[in-house]
Amino acid sequence: MSTILRPGACVEMAHGGGGLATTRLIREIFARHFANPLLDQGHDAARLDPLPPGRLVMSTDAHVVSPLEFPGGDIGSLAVHGTVNDVAMAGAWPVALAAAFIIEEGFPLADLDRIAASMGAAARAAGVPIATGDTKVVERGHGDGVFITTTGVGVVPEGVNMAPAHIAPGMAILVSGPLGDHGVAILSRRQGLEFGTAIQSDSAALHRMVAQMVAQVPGIAVLRDPTRGGLSATLNELAEAAGVTMTLEEAALPVRPEVAGACEMLGLDPLHIANEGKLVCICPPEEAEALLAIMRAHPEGAGAVRVGTVGERAAPGTPGLLRMQTLIGGMRVVDWLAGEPLPRIC
Amino acid sequence: MKYVSEFRDPALAQSLARAIAREARPDRTYAFMEFCGGHTHAIFRYGVQDLVPGNVRFIHGPGCPVCVLPMRRLDDALELAERHGVILATYGDMMRVPGSGRRSMLTARGAGADIRMVYSTLDALEIARANPTRQVVFMGIGFETTTPASAMAILAARREGLRNFSVFCNHVLTPPAMVHVLEAPDIDPAQAVRLDGFLGPSHVSTVIGARAYRPLVARYGKPMVIAGFEPLDVMQSVLMLIRQVNEGRAEVENQYARVVTEEGNLRAQAMMDEVFVLRDSFEWRGLGSVPLSARAIAPAFAEFDAETRFAISEKQSRETKSCECPAILRGVKSPKDCKLFGRACTPETPLGACMVSSEGSCAAYYTYRRAETMAQMDRAQMEAAE
Repeated sequence: MSTILRPGACVEMAHGGGGLATTRLIREIFARHFANPLLDQGHDAARLDPLPPGRLVMSTDAHVVSPLEFPGGDIGSLAVHGTVNDVAMAGAWPVALAAAFIIEEGFPLADLDRIAASMGAAARAAGVPIATGDTKVVERGHGDGVFITTTGVGVVPEGVNMAPAHIAPGMAILVSGPLGDHGVAILSRRQGLEFGTAIQSDSAALHRMVAQMVAQVPGIAVLRDPTRGGLSATLNELAEAAGVTMTLEEAALPVRPEVAGACEMLGLDPLHIANEGKLVCICPPEEAEALLAIMRAHPEGAGAVRVGTVGERAAPGTPGLLRMQTLIGGMRVVDWLAGEPLPRIC
Repeated sequence: MKYVSEFRDPALAQSLARAIAREARPDRTYAFMEFCGGHTHAIFRYGVQDLVPGNVRFIHGPGCPVCVLPMRRLDDALELAERHGVILATYGDMMRVPGSGRRSMLTARGAGADIRMVYSTLDALEIARANPTRQVVFMGIGFETTTPASAMAILAARREGLRNFSVFCNHVLTPPAMVHVLEAPDIDPAQAVRLDGFLGPSHVSTVIGARAYRPLVARYGKPMVIAGFEPLDVMQSVLMLIRQVNEGRAEVENQYARVVTEEGNLRAQAMMDEVFVLRDSFEWRGLGSVPLSARAIAPAFAEFDAETRFAISEKQSRETKSCECPAILRGVKSPKDCKLFGRACTPETPLGACMVSSEGSCAAYYTYRRAETMAQMDRAQMEAAE
C-alpha cells in the first residue's frame, strides 16, 4: 500500500536527504517499477553475474529532454533506449544499466511515478535490468523537473571489432528507417510551437537487431545512432575520422511526409534532426543486402534502406567531406549543424 | 509531400536544364539577381547552379532580413533586454547574429537577459498576457512577409488594451532596395553590379503583389520574374528571364502564379498602411542609407512603439573590419572575395551577418559549397603571390 503517492503530492527536499523519506521514495517508486534480481540485492553497488566472453564496454548519457513526456515516449523510456543503443553501437550486448535521478523540488510524485513506470517497462522490454541507481533532489528553480543519467555496460562478442578506421572507399551507407521522427515529435510539443501531428518519437532499443547484424555479418565497418545533430552530424564525424568523402542520395533518404512537412514549415533540415531509435551502418557493398534484410525483419528496422556510398579518400591534409546528390541532380555539401536548429524568419 | 514534391521532380529539372542550355546564348553572360535569401538557399540546397550553363550566373541579393539589419539596431535591441529589463521576444534567426563586441542575443541570454525565441507574434502577445508586470518587446524584423504579422499584433494589443506590449520595428521594403541596388548612388560606377534581371521574391510578392514591381521594371528596363522557392520554380524562372533578355523584353512576369496575384494580399496591405508609416530613410547593412525603405509605427499607435516607450541610447556601432558583407549584399563581391570567409568567419563563429542567417550568401557558400569555394580562394591567393 503506497504511502507517499497521495493526490497532489510533490517531491520535497527531504526526499533527497537520505532519511526515511528517501527510502520511501526509492521503495515506493523506483524499486517498485524497476524490480529485478540485481537491484533487489539492495547493495550500494550491484554485483553482476559472470559475463560471457568478450570485451567490456561502458557508456553514459544524461537526459534532459523538454517536454518530459512526448508522443511515443518520455524521459524514462528515452533514458533506457539512449544508453542501450550507445552500448549496442559498439556491437555489444547490454548487460545492465545504472540510473541517476536529479529531481527538482516540487515535481509532482505522480509524474515521477509515471516516468519511473515507463522506464521500468522499457528496461524489461529490452531485457536489460536497471541494476543500481541514485536520487538527488535540488531546490525549486535549480532543475527542470527531472534529469536522468543512465550508464550501461555491455559485452562485445569475440571477433566483433568496429571502428571508423575500417571505413573504406566503395562501402555502402545504410540507415535503419525514417529520419527525424524523434526531433519533430519533440518540437511538435514545445511551448509556442504545438502543431497537430501524428508523428511519434522513434525512441526504441536497437540491441537485438544489432546482435543479429554483427553475428551474421562480421564485416560491418561501423555502427552509430544518429541522435543529436542528426544523420549529418554522425556522417560528418565519421567522414572526418576516416578521412573520406561520403555521398548521400537525396532521393533515397527516408523521411516521413509529416516530418518533411514540419521541417519545410520550420525551415529545418531533416538531416539535422535527432533520432532515438535509428542506426547508421557502414559496410562493404556486397554485405548491404544481407544487412538490410536482417534490419527489415525487425520492427525497428522495417524502413531500412541504403542512402549513400563512401567515396574516395580525402587528399592528405584535407578533412573528410559529406555531400549529397540532390533530388534534381545537383551536388552540395551536407554540413554540420552550427549551434541549435533555429527556424528561419521567412 | 503534395504541393512540394512536384516542384522537385528530377525528370522535369533535367528537361528545364536542357531548355536553358539550348536557349542561353553562348556568346554572352546572363547575370540574374535573386533578391531573396530564400532563393539563395534553394539554389544552393538543390545545386541549381550545377544544372545551368556557366554563363548563367546568380548574383545574391540583399533579401535576407537578418543580414541587412545594421549592427546598431541589434545593439539597440540588446540594450532593451539588458538595460531596460524587458522580455525581448524574437524570431529564431536573430539569436546568433553578432552585435558590437561579438555579443549576440544568445550570449546576452546566457548572461541573464530575458530573451525568448518565438515562432509568431501571437506567441509574443501570449507572453505579454502571461506577464502583466513585465514589459514585453517584440523584435519586428523582416520584409513585407513578416510585416503584416507585426501589424496584426499591434492591432490586437490595442484591442485588448495590453499596456505592456510594444514592437521594436525594423521592417523594411523590397522595391526600394531593388532600386538602390540598380542605382547604387554612392558606389563607384566601376564597382556597380551589372544585372540582366531579377528573380523576384516569393513570399514578399504574395503580400505586395506583382504590380508592386511594375514601376521599377518600366523605369530601369530590367526583366523580373517572380519565382517560387522550389528548385523547379527557380529553373523555370531562369528560363523565362533568359527569354526576356533574348527577346529584348523587360516585363514583370509571374512564375509563382499559384500563390502570387497581381494585387497581392489587400487586407495585409491595408493593415500595414494603418499601423505603419514610411521612414524618410533607413540604414541597411551593405546598402547604407536607403530612402523610404523602412517602416516605423504610426503616431496613432505610438504607445506600442518600443522606440517611443523606451529611451534607447545613442551609440556608435562598428562593423567588423575587413568583413565584406556590405559588398556581398550589394552583389558586387562574392563570399570567396572575403578574407575572413571559412577561416575567421564560419556559421559557428560568424563575424558578418551573411554568415549568420541560413539565408545569407556566405552561409550558403559555406554550408553547401565550402570545398570548392575554399579551393578557389587558395588558388587566387597563390596567383596573387606569384
